[in-house]
Amino acid sequence: MSPSPVQSDASGDGQLDTFPKLLLNHARVRGSKIAMREKDLGIWQAWTWQQVTDEIRALACGLAALGFQRGDKLAIIGDNRPRLYMGMAAAQCLGGIPVPLYQDSIAQEMAFVLDNAEVHFAIAEDQEQVDKLLEIREENSTIQHILFDDPRGMRHYDFPFLSSIETAQTAGREYDKTHPDFFEQSVEQGSGADIAIMLYTSGTTGNPKGVVLTNDNVIITARNGIIREGLTDKEEVVAYLPMAWVGDNLFSYAQSFVAGFTVNCPENGATVMTDLREIGPTYYFAPPRIYENMLTQVMIRMEDASKLKQRLFHYFMAHASRVGTQILDGKEVRTSEKLIYRLGDFMVYGPLRNVLGLSRIRLAYTAGEAIGPEIFEFYRSLGINIKQLYGQTESMVFICVQPDGEVYPDTVGTPAIDVEVKIDDNGEVLYRSPGVFHSYYKSPEATASTKTEDGWVFTGDAGYFAENGHLKIIDRAKDVGKLNDGTMFAPKYIENKLKFFSFIKEVVAFGDACDYTSIFINIDLEAVGNWAERRNLAYSGYIDLASQDEVYDLIQDCVDKVNEDLSKDPRLGKSQIKRYLILHKELDADDGELTRTRKVRRSFIAERYQPLVDALYSDVPECHIETQVKFEDGRTGTLAADVKIRNAKQYSPIAKAS
Amino acid sequence: MYERNIGEVVLEVKNISLSFGAMRVLNNISFNVRQGEIRSIIGPNGAGKSSMLNVLNGFYHPQEGTITYRGETRSQMKVHKAAEQGIARTFQNIALFKGMSTLDNIMTGRNLKIKANILQQAIYWGKAQREEIEHRKKVEGIIDFLEIQAIRKTPVGRLPYGMQKRVELGRALAAEPEILLLDEPMAGMNVEEKEDMSRFVLDINDEFGTTIILIEHDMGVVMDLSDRVIVLDYGLQLADGSPDEVRSNQKVIDAYLGVAH
Repeated sequence: MSPSPVQSDASGDGQLDTFPKLLLNHARVRGSKIAMREKDLGIWQAWTWQQVTDEIRALACGLAALGFQRGDKLAIIGDNRPRLYMGMAAAQCLGGIPVPLYQDSIAQEMAFVLDNAEVHFAIAEDQEQVDKLLEIREENSTIQHILFDDPRGMRHYDFPFLSSIETAQTAGREYDKTHPDFFEQSVEQGSGADIAIMLYTSGTTGNPKGVVLTNDNVIITARNGIIREGLTDKEEVVAYLPMAWVGDNLFSYAQSFVAGFTVNCPENGATVMTDLREIGPTYYFAPPRIYENMLTQVMIRMEDASKLKQRLFHYFMAHASRVGTQILDGKEVRTSEKLIYRLGDFMVYGPLRNVLGLSRIRLAYTAGEAIGPEIFEFYRSLGINIKQLYGQTESMVFICVQPDGEVYPDTVGTPAIDVEVKIDDNGEVLYRSPGVFHSYYKSPEATASTKTEDGWVFTGDAGYFAENGHLKIIDRAKDVGKLNDGTMFAPKYIENKLKFFSFIKEVVAFGDACDYTSIFINIDLEAVGNWAERRNLAYSGYIDLASQDEVYDLIQDCVDKVNEDLSKDPRLGKSQIKRYLILHKELDADDGELTRTRKVRRSFIAERYQPLVDALYSDVPECHIETQVKFEDGRTGTLAADVKIRNAKQYSPIAKAS
Repeated sequence: MYERNIGEVVLEVKNISLSFGAMRVLNNISFNVRQGEIRSIIGPNGAGKSSMLNVLNGFYHPQEGTITYRGETRSQMKVHKAAEQGIARTFQNIALFKGMSTLDNIMTGRNLKIKANILQQAIYWGKAQREEIEHRKKVEGIIDFLEIQAIRKTPVGRLPYGMQKRVELGRALAAEPEILLLDEPMAGMNVEEKEDMSRFVLDINDEFGTTIILIEHDMGVVMDLSDRVIVLDYGLQLADGSPDEVRSNQKVIDAYLGVAH
């Protein structure tokens, strides 16, 4: 392999095998280059690698002064803030283990993780998070000290165990003076085999599990990703996904520490799209739903544009969908087509990329859920190199990645560098890589049942290698079931097909050990609401809209189309949807219906809406239901509705299941 | 709870009466406001609450009585004097510049603080430029405080009602007032929006030490937020005291719940 600055930095004869060592190296090599930015008071504030290092050093010493020991855990709770990322690094400098938590978790969910991980120290972003920690601390908790970033509203909080990050840093600078070699020695003691971080997986069933990852796991995987895609220290990323999620840790932290590129923190959650546009990231990750949302926004706004603009847009988009992806993949295209594409780039594609904040994108990833082929093609035809990858927390993300020029919407690509992938007899995907996690924290049984002695990890996903050598994932292995007549039933596969329609937000499919497939649908309030407005349909809110006959007609078309599609599949042809309903309530993570990463918890939903499921498997046209809901502040209320049920059109399967 | 930091009397009205023709809107009203407190005026529709605020900031001129503010006693306030001396307000019906952005609307709240003359401003040079940067900083601080970064550049006409209320509060704050008059800041809001607004009122009072005079219909909100409450009914002063005192006052109960005749 050709030598690159990244490689010499990261592999450097095993010298730079921990995050603190990488950090100190950046301070030496590119000390004046921007490491982090944050938009504050309307202005992008920047920290160079040298400044970041100084801040982290002060914070690490401050933590040490508070009694933080090697091996202690540091909980990190809040939005993507530079200070919280610095907290992560500070813990690692002391040989401690950062444990980022989902910031929108309620206190009770946090209590489990804090307790399970034996957390003594925590860094919280603001009053909201501090309040949760105080609540947890009252019950029972091992928390000894809480540091916070934003003091607002806490002027009157007078607790000896609560102080600001700044106070800790001031104390840390003093500590550093009186213990001159402490920091360097502390960093020196670390090695690649040490635990770098613990990430709790949201878990579709049971309590979350703490995935323990070593420095080697994280750093080698991050570096392999950088090498495969040819990333450099000039990349710009926007950190906006939850810090507790492995993807954010890889893209906004680990890879930045390895390659030395810049991480940008948005002003707050609501300004991400504006901030994205101002920064113009070159390297970007987003789950499919964000790409979907952006596309929906564009389409909605185009409908309000003038006739001329609409004509231009549709003409050039049609052209792009013909030749755009070929041009992106560097394939041969007729010169005239190329010229028209270039004109389109000037008139439509360029401005559109700019509006989306994707003008400078060199590499965009998506993962987590299947992405709709049309959505995927839309971005690629605009010249945005968006690729799918396949991974999980246990592998520090990378298992498979789509190689440049070989991007297909229905597969997740070929194994990443140093990753081996195989399919076992049950169709489950297994992998082995340097990123394979150390263990699940304090649960050797779970570790043993997921990871074999020689390092192979069960993904829990069912899939196979397509003829072109790319991995194709169908569903969760345990979710793939059978209808009573023996037809294979892949719920996720059906759900995803429906979710590709912009009017449909969530779907829950039932069918395992049943006579036929039936589904719950959540409509997309924005898209359907807009559609309703255009037709002068009045509605008062989600429940009202979801129960209207016109909306049912709209959804009926989508369901029928999916059935037609399914009928063409030799294996799934007979698992067509027979009955469906539009749920009266939006599925919500606060009610436990979705995981924090927005995956549906099918069995929980089936239990909660048992009367509706029963109604789907009878022939009643309507069903009354009352549901308990939880508001964001923790109060509960009841929601009652009459939900209509409809039958879908059936198509005769083209090929019978053999 | 923590100790509230309430100081001396800053504003005192004595025997205020206001009539429009034969219509007596306020009848012999007297009360005072202490530094740093949240003082509420409640009462049924048409009780004279908004009129009282209008008297305080000089919009209406009472026929009788005196207003003492900052040690100066006078028979009426003048609108521009009130503003210059640190009294800012929001309105029951939103009075923003609909076509201007959130940022620009709040910037107008800085109007009285601008020292540069019109010529300097026109060429945006020297003092005017330095000033503008200072003011923008203040305004950004308010935007951050009210958590409205995402609508910074949005024309306020396009914002939902609750957000417009928040922008209006932002504009009043931009004047760095000593006394903030809030006329039904929570009218027409849902529970969540009311909670947000209540939090902002408390935070403003706490962080900036601003004295707040609040008119509000929602009893729950008033009783939770206020240090002292005045009750008006048909221009008469029914009661004045702590929320608990007011709540248990028979006259107030009668006015609100009706009384058997």
